[in-house]
Amino acid sequence: MTYRTFEDDRAMHRARRDRRAPYPGGAALAAGIGLMLLGGLAAQRYAGRQQERRPADSAPGRTARQSRHGRYAVTGRSVTINKPRQEIYAFWRDFSNLARFMENVESVHEAGDLSRWTIAAPMGHAVEVVTRIVQDRPGEEIAWRSTEESDIDTEGKVMFRDAPEGRGTVVEAVIAYRPPMGELGRILAKMFQAEPGLQARRDLKRLKMLLETGEIATNRNRNDG
Amino acid sequence: MRALTFHGSHDVRVDTVPDPEIVNPRDAIIEVTSTAICGSDLHLYDGVIPAVQKGDILGHEFMGRVVDVGSGSTLKKGQRVVVPFTISCGQCFHCKIQQFSACDNSNPAEKQELTEPLFGHPVSGLFGYSHLTGGYPGGQAEYVRVPFSDVGPIVVPEGMEDDEVLFLSDILPTGWMAAENAEITAGDTVAVWGCGPVGLFAVQSARIMGAHQVIAIDHHPRRLELARQMGAKVIDYSQTHVLEALMEMTGGIGPDAVIDAVGMESHGFAPDNILDSVKQKVGMGADAPHALRMAIMACRKGGRISMPGVYGGFADKFPLGALMEKGLQLRTGQTHVQRYTHDLMRRIQEGEIDTTFMISHRLPLEEAPRGYHNFKENQNDWTKVVLKPGMAV
Repeated sequence: MTYRTFEDDRAMHRARRDRRAPYPGGAALAAGIGLMLLGGLAAQRYAGRQQERRPADSAPGRTARQSRHGRYAVTGRSVTINKPRQEIYAFWRDFSNLARFMENVESVHEAGDLSRWTIAAPMGHAVEVVTRIVQDRPGEEIAWRSTEESDIDTEGKVMFRDAPEGRGTVVEAVIAYRPPMGELGRILAKMFQAEPGLQARRDLKRLKMLLETGEIATNRNRNDG
Repeated sequence: MRALTFHGSHDVRVDTVPDPEIVNPRDAIIEVTSTAICGSDLHLYDGVIPAVQKGDILGHEFMGRVVDVGSGSTLKKGQRVVVPFTISCGQCFHCKIQQFSACDNSNPAEKQELTEPLFGHPVSGLFGYSHLTGGYPGGQAEYVRVPFSDVGPIVVPEGMEDDEVLFLSDILPTGWMAAENAEITAGDTVAVWGCGPVGLFAVQSARIMGAHQVIAIDHHPRRLELARQMGAKVIDYSQTHVLEALMEMTGGIGPDAVIDAVGMESHGFAPDNILDSVKQKVGMGADAPHALRMAIMACRKGGRISMPGVYGGFADKFPLGALMEKGLQLRTGQTHVQRYTHDLMRRIQEGEIDTTFMISHRLPLEEAPRGYHNFKENQNDWTKVVLKPGMAV
């Protein structure tokens, strides 16, 4: 099938209707927290479109005051990085690099067209997510979706486009996920600072630091502290 | 190592803490030979800057000897360097256009979230100046870890004393940028509020940039005398109506440019200021901009306001009408230190700028708490305190 972005959340909702939440109860919470997982990733959406009969503005849907996207939480973030588009694409496309700047991602191993993510969750738990690339346009876009065997139901994409006048590249990451335990799970994850929106924001900043300066800023005074 | 740490409002102590080490490739470790207490450190001391934690090492004016370098540093062990208080990567959009204090990459990602809600954007990392600016351990210590050491530190030429070059770390470039932001042209009168170290360097810089007259405003006789030595006319606000005097001293026009070198903790027995300081004490408002209000009222129509003074929050009773109706321009910001260090080093070497005249006290690091107390409480006599970790107690 063709990869579908989230311009129409009803379509996405339909596509997922039969799937059941992978985890109930406490395990789901751990999964939700680990879910930040795909950390910096995210999925474009379109929201608030039905709230009033007025023409759509130019802003991304995820910035709408009211958003509706079924059981999925959708979040995203843009960052401008002072490096060429192809270079950033290539860095991201090698998924083993992602653990270098995604705080809670312990490792990503690629096997064929699948990638297995190990994501740290609170209290020593780990969450496993297996994703399949559903779109790969070199220098422009990478999109992925979780498979049935994953602990979390999620999809996301990252897009690359030239910033104006030689200012580098705009990297836009969007992620959609179904929070275990619904809205409550999302709030709990946010309390543990593992909510994907929050994590995406931080992880993209770390990506920018790593690519622009070769290191990630820290105020630590020692390697053990 | 020994280091000056924050324990609470008006409570700083010299403690023993772990030595820093190289963490990132571009780091260097500096053994501090001289470090100063800045007027802006008094805002931390007074507890009016948020996000300062117990145990934080303070200090952002420091210099010393390189004792260790990471693989990406361009410094060499043994070099003497002065370190800018702004931490800048040198490679982001802002650093490339010399807006070093707006660096995108020096404030750790999780710390950036503290300033985003407060200021709309994260700000750059600074040494020893709260977790809003990264929570980096500061320079009032025996050793400091300096990130991006290939960008910030400036190597001290042979034969120059610490006291001659130490202030390149902050107050000299800050005073210089304050004068630059005043956009001085021939015939201009520049009025400077506050004769602390930044105000005094602003006076000196404004003279060098060709101001016709510089008028300095304070109430400490000793500080006014230092301003006079630097070529300023002076107004003692405790005995003179400042606005009237400024009009009379400029032929009824007002100063062409005004500089607020006071910041968020203005003194003065004026109704607005009393209310501001009460609000500050009870946590209702961070800034007490009495001097800035007066500067805006004094400035001539179409004039310029330069604001090197530090503010951290919100102000009220702000004369927005005067700003708009008189068509004033306001320029401000944390100093883009690295933009100025080489030029200012040359001017010091050539004897054009005097950097030592304001130093009133040199103390061992162990006596830093006494330095803070007196710099705060005895401002007339304690005009600038330099701490020397190597000095015998």
